[in-house]
Amino acid sequence: MSPPKPSVEPLVQVEDLHAYYGKSHILHGVSLSVGRGEVVGLLGRNGVGKSTTLKSIIGLVAARQGRVLFDGRAVTGMPAHKLARIGIAYVPEDRRIFHLLTVIENLRTGLDRDGVSESRRRQLLDKAYAYFPVLAERRNQPGGTLSGGEQQMLAIARAMMLEPKIILLDEPTEGLMPRMVSQIRQIIDVLHRDGVAILLVEQNVPLTLEASQRVYFMEKGEVRHQAVASELDVNDPVIHQFLGI
Amino acid sequence: MTIPWDLFAIQTVNGIVTGMILALVASGLTLIFGILNVVNFAHGELFMLGAYVGVLVLATTGSFWLALVAATIIVALFGAALQIVTLRPLVGRDPMTTILATFGISLVLQNYALWQFGPVARKIQEPITGHFTLFYLDYPWYRLMIALLSVAIIGGFWLFLKYGKYGIWIRATTQDRVMAEAMGIPVPWVHTAVFAIGAGMAAASGVLFGPLVGVDHAMGLPWVLKAFIVVVVGGMGNLGGSIAAAIFISLLEAYASIWVSPSQAVIVSFVVLILTLLFRPTGLFVPTPK
Repeated sequence: MSPPKPSVEPLVQVEDLHAYYGKSHILHGVSLSVGRGEVVGLLGRNGVGKSTTLKSIIGLVAARQGRVLFDGRAVTGMPAHKLARIGIAYVPEDRRIFHLLTVIENLRTGLDRDGVSESRRRQLLDKAYAYFPVLAERRNQPGGTLSGGEQQMLAIARAMMLEPKIILLDEPTEGLMPRMVSQIRQIIDVLHRDGVAILLVEQNVPLTLEASQRVYFMEKGEVRHQAVASELDVNDPVIHQFLGI
Repeated sequence: MTIPWDLFAIQTVNGIVTGMILALVASGLTLIFGILNVVNFAHGELFMLGAYVGVLVLATTGSFWLALVAATIIVALFGAALQIVTLRPLVGRDPMTTILATFGISLVLQNYALWQFGPVARKIQEPITGHFTLFYLDYPWYRLMIALLSVAIIGGFWLFLKYGKYGIWIRATTQDRVMAEAMGIPVPWVHTAVFAIGAGMAAASGVLFGPLVGVDHAMGLPWVLKAFIVVVVGGMGNLGGSIAAAIFISLLEAYASIWVSPSQAVIVSFVVLILTLLFRPTGLFVPTPK
């Protein structure tokens, strides 16, 4: 089977990326690509380096070898705050809401950039509040007082404030109630329709297969396999091989 | 024993006045610790440097207010340069290295001041010299004015932290440096700015306090020592806690000096420090962690 290529031009290309936590070698040459506006799933067992891959792309974990291209330009080693400004947003696994900042202040961390006009700010906020009405209700409440699901929405909304070309989405449904899970699922579709690419790390395999166009499978710090999401179902031997379920 | 109410009232005023100026020194210190994770041993020297810049500007222009503003801005810029040159390269290293670096800076600055200005204390003329009667005392208006100015500076800074774009950046960076970075906040520059603001606040307090104590190369020492106590008692990195602790400790010392000599009254601060470390090591004025 020839590996499926992104049908659109690549937005993010990761080539032979190696990364370490202290002395332990976590990524052993990860290569993958995400096309413009494409939703790509990254599957694998716990501890195979999925989250580290996302962190390396946004520059929070240093790449020891290999490179990351964004929009055709090498961005390896660029500090995270610069990557955030050129269009890479990150929604971490533990959400990392600024707990003492109110909801609106959390959103402002992404909005208060140069070159965002007052009307554009208004538009971005209105959009976030339209997707997540609960955030509008709680706009003056500290982020730390929100429920887990609300915090996840805030984390995604906060990333959207950067007007990113891609969102690195790490385990967005972890620990959420089923109702919240389907809401996250809808938001992924909405972002996709808006042309935002997503690299999705998720334990929820059915959701990943539904939401993504392509999926990569990681094992031992490497990408071992990729497939067109619509050609896989949950009982596929590939799923069993890489995820053991 | 009868309680000397008049002395009590006088010492309350004294305690609050000293407390406010101490709060101004300590808030810079606690801010720098809370955000950069740096214990700034050179803080007292920034205070001293501010006072000297004040002396020079006052001598040239004759305006106390110009001296205050100039000292704040010049020392803030100096602080920014200092942070970029000495502390930024140490990010991610053992905290001991930053302690050594700031301690080194403090020695250099102190000896520079001694070399440049000599050992004789300079005087800053206070801008207002009037007195009012507090019981049987002639109490200088200037002392009240320093307290009010400190409140104004701290209040202004608080508003900036609360509502300003860069204030939100600073608070976000305090809470989660990594996520702040991922949200596009230039964390290294936030660190520089915070150090500069802390330095500027120290300089402003140096100029404000200059008229009361005289300006010499070692004038920062007692203040920074007390500011450290305040920062620990208030909870390291907690701005509100430091302000409360500054007033609390200054009041206690002021009351203690009704019965013992002022130099013995200093013991009170240390007792509070030791008790805090023993029973509330996270600080007196922080909510008990859940």
